[in-house]
Amino acid sequence: MKIIVSVKRVIDYNVKVRVKSDNTDVDLANVKMALNPFCEIAVEEAVRLKEAGSADEVVVVSIGPKVCQEQIRTALALGADRGIHIETDEMPESLGVAKLLAKVIEEEQPSLVIMGKQAIDSDNNQTGQMLAALTDMPQGTFASEVKIDGDKVNVTREVDGGLQTIALNMPAIVTTDLRLNEPRYASLPNIMKAKRKPLDVKSPADLDVELKAHTKLLKVTPPAERQAGIKVASVDELVEKLKNEAKVI
Amino acid sequence: MAILVTAEHDNSTLKGATLNAVTAATQMGGDVHLLVAGSNCGAVAEAGASVAGISKVLVADNAAYEHQLAENLSKLVAEVAEGYSHVVAPATTTGKNFLPRVAALLDVAQISDITAVESGNTFQRPIYAGNAIATVESLDAVKVITVRGTAFDAATAEGGSASVEAIDAVHDAGISSFVGEEMAKSDRPELTAANVIISGGRGMGSGENFSMLEKIADKLGAAVGASRAAVDAGFVPNDMQVGQTGKIVAPELYIAVGISGAIQHLAGMKDSKIIVAINKDEEAPIFSVADYGLVADLFDAVPEIEKNL
Repeated sequence: MKIIVSVKRVIDYNVKVRVKSDNTDVDLANVKMALNPFCEIAVEEAVRLKEAGSADEVVVVSIGPKVCQEQIRTALALGADRGIHIETDEMPESLGVAKLLAKVIEEEQPSLVIMGKQAIDSDNNQTGQMLAALTDMPQGTFASEVKIDGDKVNVTREVDGGLQTIALNMPAIVTTDLRLNEPRYASLPNIMKAKRKPLDVKSPADLDVELKAHTKLLKVTPPAERQAGIKVASVDELVEKLKNEAKVI
Repeated sequence: MAILVTAEHDNSTLKGATLNAVTAATQMGGDVHLLVAGSNCGAVAEAGASVAGISKVLVADNAAYEHQLAENLSKLVAEVAEGYSHVVAPATTTGKNFLPRVAALLDVAQISDITAVESGNTFQRPIYAGNAIATVESLDAVKVITVRGTAFDAATAEGGSASVEAIDAVHDAGISSFVGEEMAKSDRPELTAANVIISGGRGMGSGENFSMLEKIADKLGAAVGASRAAVDAGFVPNDMQVGQTGKIVAPELYIAVGISGAIQHLAGMKDSKIIVAINKDEEAPIFSVADYGLVADLFDAVPEIEKNL
């Protein structure tokens, strides 16, 4: 069985993002970039399924400018077998990404697609679901456990208030939540080996997808700042302030 | 043009998140209709009909919709969406699951997790874990939107008198099925609905120590939350996580105990009305957003607070 994993290059999650002074976007110049954490979990899950004998090939796909090949190489170093880079200068919207990935799926015919539930830049949480609609596949979003069971995959999902388990006919799409696994670190020999793994480059035109703008970003502003309050000296003072000043208890 | 809001429910009760989404919908301009898709969900439709601001309730009552499976629900909603200017869902795990699928079926974008409505086609939404706010204009004929509940007041659950109309359409894709669920059982309120929340971080040291917070929670009628650090350390389950990757909350009172205040945690709670921080490190970033900060060892302070309540 073949697994496709899609990955996104985003700002490193340890970096505090700043808004540009002209409010057109956030400032990403000279900022450290990395593999989106949820995508890293997706790669790890696919590699574990391969190690367990459930899968025999893991193909990693990324969309964006040439530099996102760095993140494909990272995924290859973590254990994916080959990469596909769909080169675009501008990052397409989620629906465009889903249309490009749908074409890759049509060509590759995987049994399972694993992707992060959201990217930590745009925080949309939608590409996996959109891809599932376009390919008419079932979806297991926010997964905390994935079990292959014959021609089905059982996915346990993190839902409000607890966990839900659903069974999906394969081919299926799974999006990862944090608890699914803890990704490994790439070893130096695997990083070296990853450099020689095959990586195909395609354009949206090769895939016959025309990207269209469905939204317009008017401005990006910093969030309302919260002012620091006061330090209290004791528990007594804290309880007194909450009762009489803030009146919240 | 009218606005279609999808109801969040468990087939017997209408969930509060729906009411926040209704308020957001009324700000978009147009009649607001509520779609209740479920199984034996008549009581939910009745509750929906009495919500102020809703003029019509559509009910799709069929076993195919019992567990809100995205494969079935999305086809129904995409079909019902015809003729509506907006399709709106609460940004709960249910809404986040099926609505992008609806957007793709309609070949339009989804604008996720909006926190303000500027006009019928322009919305604000947080990006980068709430470290920036994007103002986005939709260019689509049908706007598909999820609503962050904490950013909008709840519509009044009483006083409305909407008509109720049944929808016969049955969409059973037959490619997914419900196996089971395991819901956390607690007498305390849900995190996203609580007026008071007390959360613990890595400083709690262990899962057992969370019982100190539970005692206070019981006295205040509060929910107990946790930071991602406490979840990653294995102290408590992930459904207690407050933060960008967990629950987004905005209670009247948020008490952060042994939480340093990582960006990702602040993104999930900084809209709380009053924030209290208890931490022994006076340099902890949590103090920069706290209304009341107490620099103290939590193992001394927390039991003392409990005695003082």
